[in-house]
Amino acid sequence: MTHGKSHFLLGDRGGLVLLASLAVLAVGVPALNLGLGPESALHVPDYMVGLLGKYLCFALLALALDLVWGYAGILSLGHGAFFALGGYAMGMHLMREIGDRGVYGNPDLPDFMVFLNWQELPWYWHGFDNFGFAMLMVVLVPGVLAFVFGWFAFRSRVTGVYLSIITQAMTFALMLAFFRNDMGFGGNNGLTDFKDILGHDLQDPATRAVLFSLSAAAVGAAFVIGRFITASRLGRVLVAIRDAEGRARFLGYRVEYYKLFAWTVSAMMAGVAGALYVPQVGIINPGEFAPPGSIEIVIWVAVGGRGTLYGAVLGAVLVNYAKTYFTGALPELWLFMLGGLFIATTLFLPKGIVGALPMMTDPERGQWRKALAVFRNVGKRKAS
Amino acid sequence: MTPIERDKIEAKDTVLYVDGVSVSFDGFKALNNLSLYVVAGELRAIIGPNGAGKTTMMDVVTGKTRPDEGLVFFQGDIDLTKLDEARIANLGIGRKFQKPTVFETQTVFENLELSLAGRRGVLESLFFKLSAEQGDRIDEMLDRIALAAQRDHLAGSLSHGQKQWLEIGMLLMQEPDVLLVDEPVAGMTDAETEQTAALLREIAGAHSVVVVEHDMEFVRALECRVTVLHEGSVLAEGSLEAVQNDQRVIEVYLGR
Repeated sequence: MTHGKSHFLLGDRGGLVLLASLAVLAVGVPALNLGLGPESALHVPDYMVGLLGKYLCFALLALALDLVWGYAGILSLGHGAFFALGGYAMGMHLMREIGDRGVYGNPDLPDFMVFLNWQELPWYWHGFDNFGFAMLMVVLVPGVLAFVFGWFAFRSRVTGVYLSIITQAMTFALMLAFFRNDMGFGGNNGLTDFKDILGHDLQDPATRAVLFSLSAAAVGAAFVIGRFITASRLGRVLVAIRDAEGRARFLGYRVEYYKLFAWTVSAMMAGVAGALYVPQVGIINPGEFAPPGSIEIVIWVAVGGRGTLYGAVLGAVLVNYAKTYFTGALPELWLFMLGGLFIATTLFLPKGIVGALPMMTDPERGQWRKALAVFRNVGKRKAS
Repeated sequence: MTPIERDKIEAKDTVLYVDGVSVSFDGFKALNNLSLYVVAGELRAIIGPNGAGKTTMMDVVTGKTRPDEGLVFFQGDIDLTKLDEARIANLGIGRKFQKPTVFETQTVFENLELSLAGRRGVLESLFFKLSAEQGDRIDEMLDRIALAAQRDHLAGSLSHGQKQWLEIGMLLMQEPDVLLVDEPVAGMTDAETEQTAALLREIAGAHSVVVVEHDMEFVRALECRVTVLHEGSVLAEGSLEAVQNDQRVIEVYLGR
């Protein structure tokens, strides 16, 4: 028997490259940031640490989406909601840690509550002064929401476009709710003015370097978990459901439970991404729930390549790097470029960048020629 | 349930008991007081013109469609009208779709592996390890459905006929008591059709097999009892000879 013998991690070259890159980043970036002075050519400036850390959070979010979209075929247009909820849980803790150092100097209430003339802390803010409790909420809140949402959606056999639409509605509804001041999450402004985390100043480069390394570690851990799931029989059942749901059901698989599992794990990963994102960017507001944000995640995954996990990571980093660059250089063109990128990926690289890699490295198979032929055919079709 | 009905259900060897089943969709009666009894190890062919209710009958038995009225019992006392598809599949009723449906992006081996009889829980799947014995059983099945050479090919790369066989193989891996097989030879060459008939004849005995088919040559090759459906109920039942000479059957097939 040669089948199934390859190790779930060691058998995945792209994944190993990803893990090695993350390890290099996790050590190298802080070292080059803290260890070298600004005069050195190899010095990584502080802003770059924050920027790369942000990319890694998006990479984790993309990986979470790939788990449900790439494998189980569930196209979520609302994953930003789970990311934002994890972010809010972290933000609430950071707000509590401000203590009496806020503008109003109130030791019991965050500034925005004082501003709204609130007399006491709402019940759902209790416990968030405890770091451990807050971290639990980072995964529990998105996880429970995903579980309840999925329980109803998957049991009612809502699939395809209909499911995508209700995920979008979910994040939109949360956005409207979080915009309201009386929800107690800072309304329009969200949560901000954070001072420190576990006693470490958030402006301190050392703190930021640690947050960066933790983000890299989180992406690595999520990849290992995701890879363990997708390389197991469970992962093959998910793919089976994606490709022929009825067949899987008539083989005796309870499709709704499988989807629910992947969906909930994915939401928890997205929550962790949000929690790492908030201290690095210093703010969380209802804009993170906005539907366009969730659609962008889909584009990252599509560009990188679905169903590999590492492709999603690559896509998130590349697209966000492009976004950083072009929103600076050609701000009015960026959205057109993003749209164009998505269309081009769908037409020419249906398996994304990682799907196109074998073509480039394996000229023997003539895949490039095939791709070019497709390109020419599309051109002809347009001409005719 | 009347006592007489109960006696019928408990009649020995009746694996699948369908009695007085009716299903309507928006006023259209897809099944109209349909009754069908399949005994253990039996091979049964079901024929009938389009819209006769063949596929709906399978939907009712496998839990996809709930009957408006009627009884559907499995192995005497299991009421299938109360169970869902996954439960019914795990109890031992396998179903092959009309259009061959396999997991195209997975290998032939993996398709059979996913179909292995066993527990289907989420966590069991997460920690599942294929035993050597199970691997051997899959390889035996590969020989039986003549796909050993395609073992590690993607199922999507198989020919139409090979996909049909793979799907039959997947059904068998479930070790069901009853196989419901919907048009297994559609799109097959004559030689493949013959081999498929031989395969199904071989399967029957250890399993009950219900085959829905249009191809009369194939039905003849099955050498089994034939049930003719028409407008949602049984029109005739017996040997192929007998039903082909049945005046009502001739009218239904040729009379319009």
